[in-house]
Amino acid sequence: MADVMLTLLKDLIRLPGLSGHERPAQERIQAAWEPLVDELSLSPIGSLHALKHGSGESPRPSVLVATHMDAIGMMVSVLDHGLLRVAEIGGLEPRVLPGQPVTVHGRRDLPGLLIQPPAHAIPPDDRKGPVAVKYLMVDVGLPPRQVERLVRPGDLVSFAQEPFEQGEDRLVGHSLDNRASVAALTACLVELQQRSHHWDLWAVATAQEEETLGGALTSAFALRPSVAVAVDVTWARAPGLPEHRTFPLGEGPTNAWGPNIHPGVHKALKEAAERVEVPLALEPLPAHSGTDAFALQIAGEGIPTGVLGIPLLNMHTPVEAVSIADIRRTGRLLAEFVAGLPADFLQTLTLD
Amino acid sequence: MPAPAARPTRAHLRLLQDLTEAIGVSGAEGPVRAIVRKQVEPHADTVKVDALGNLLVNRRGAGRVRLRVMVSAHMDEVGMMVVSVSSEGLLKFEAVGSIDDRQLLGKPVWVGADRLPGFIGAKPIHLMGEDETGQTVKVESMSIDIGSGSKTAAEAKVKPGDRATFATRFRRLGPSVMAKALDDRLGVATLIELVQNPPDGIELLAAFTVQEEVGLRGARAAAFSLDPQAALALDCTPANDLPSWDGEENIAYNTRLGNGPAIYAADGRSLAHPGLLEHFIHTAESQGLPFQIRQPGGGATDAGVIHVARSGIPSLSLSTPARYPHSAAGIASLSDWRDTARLAHAALSTLTERTLRRS
Repeated sequence: MADVMLTLLKDLIRLPGLSGHERPAQERIQAAWEPLVDELSLSPIGSLHALKHGSGESPRPSVLVATHMDAIGMMVSVLDHGLLRVAEIGGLEPRVLPGQPVTVHGRRDLPGLLIQPPAHAIPPDDRKGPVAVKYLMVDVGLPPRQVERLVRPGDLVSFAQEPFEQGEDRLVGHSLDNRASVAALTACLVELQQRSHHWDLWAVATAQEEETLGGALTSAFALRPSVAVAVDVTWARAPGLPEHRTFPLGEGPTNAWGPNIHPGVHKALKEAAERVEVPLALEPLPAHSGTDAFALQIAGEGIPTGVLGIPLLNMHTPVEAVSIADIRRTGRLLAEFVAGLPADFLQTLTLD
Repeated sequence: MPAPAARPTRAHLRLLQDLTEAIGVSGAEGPVRAIVRKQVEPHADTVKVDALGNLLVNRRGAGRVRLRVMVSAHMDEVGMMVVSVSSEGLLKFEAVGSIDDRQLLGKPVWVGADRLPGFIGAKPIHLMGEDETGQTVKVESMSIDIGSGSKTAAEAKVKPGDRATFATRFRRLGPSVMAKALDDRLGVATLIELVQNPPDGIELLAAFTVQEEVGLRGARAAAFSLDPQAALALDCTPANDLPSWDGEENIAYNTRLGNGPAIYAADGRSLAHPGLLEHFIHTAESQGLPFQIRQPGGGATDAGVIHVARSGIPSLSLSTPARYPHSAAGIASLSDWRDTARLAHAALSTLTERTLRRS
């Protein structure tokens, strides 16, 4: 049987879909989800809503699982003698940018290269250290007149690093934040084809997480789920990073804990992981979780929310790396969580 | 022999792709040498590899041989060498040749003869201290991750001393190409073409040299053994022609992309032979070929050591401009490259002993 999850993920990390312009990713996700769900729709802001009916009596409670599909990137700010200066979309690390291949989405897609100009072309104060994004440029290798015909300010610039695999379990590429989680949710939907679940499941690929969390906020308001879970990537452990804030790649997802997270949802996720023997690390997030959960929690009259994290190396670079086993585990855990929600789960979510 | 084609053929692009995607870090040029050998062997009178790894080719052009001319192009590229494997299975490395530390972070690389896919790890921006993004990360604190997870697993695949390069695929961008190692695989491709289609009236002593990027080392030995009457170094020089941040005219452009091959009057290591310089300019003008004079200044080509080999060899450098050399990817103009081949071919075909006289 074809691996729906992995095929989808490998396709997704070759596609653009920057915050606010998620359509290329959304269309591919929609194609993968169509056979797995009962209803599909798009929100006014561009989030993809997929409903998989539960088996309980109507009206049923519902759980929303949010995975953001938007990617970080850039936008053309000005044309300068045939070269393009850019502004950031999402948080970029300027030091990884020089030498990265990109696609400029002009009147047609143009391959290009993000470059650090020679020293004399940038201000004296910026010559020695890392060069700020505003002084970097994109070179599309075309004569200035042609560039002016094909590109204008506001055009999107997406990372074009080709994905690659390292061994059996590692996938490397751009936008694995957070399409790895979209893949995990897809694995959950695949597994639920064989299992019955009492609750309705809203599988949502959210828009604009990297900029405003606008997708999650509006989807949660529109769908009013009883419970929500955001799945996003978290920091994988690497030399030079604090051990207490990072999690080893390939050793399972994380279960966040903090003000954005409802203790009852946290506990239910933990118990689901135990039932299916998925290793699940505790991830303390003392304030803003940095995920869609921040918006989900306060949508409408407030929603009990949990957060799962998939460890990822080199976050917000074009060489993000993830363990495929961690994605599968997250999918399995989500399926168990959804299928295991008892009809009266909401009544257990009371706070003292 | 006919002049080289003005427009790149499919075979030209294929050759550029093969050459630029090959790994040939200084001191380990083998994969490039293998490509060159295959291309030149059917056309060469003699082919040999010397003690350093230079591939030296003799090829007599049609007609009476007036001169023995060395033409060099260096096969090596800047890159990396693995120097140790950490307990976590990460590879510590050093740069081979000059690479700005700021070009390294977050780049995919190919490691070793098996071209293992790796990347130079980068800290996530979310976990940085306030002023950390303002600091350049030094190569000493970087490492290559090949996904091994442990020292034992990594050592089964890689050993200290293995070379690595940026993992950059050749790509056409309209009238330009984007690739790693354009410096100097463009020159290597030009020289291959000269061997396959030699200029009339000279004995072409083609030197595909090694270790240019670590001190012009191969060319010195090659010039000694070839003992030419004149020499031409085919290289690739930076086009630093980007617009300035303040809108002021950029007057330190070195060369400009699309303005034709760059003839050197002087660089950091050599002064052009006046007769050769005049001859190349005159040839370009009379043939209607575009050219530019590279702005005199620093930098060096194989001519830096060739002109002082033996008792002195009249030498000139000719480069195809490329933006962003010594980084993950450069951009060059295909017409500049074709015109480099055309100018070299035309000028060599009409070179005489008189050109070389010092009056």
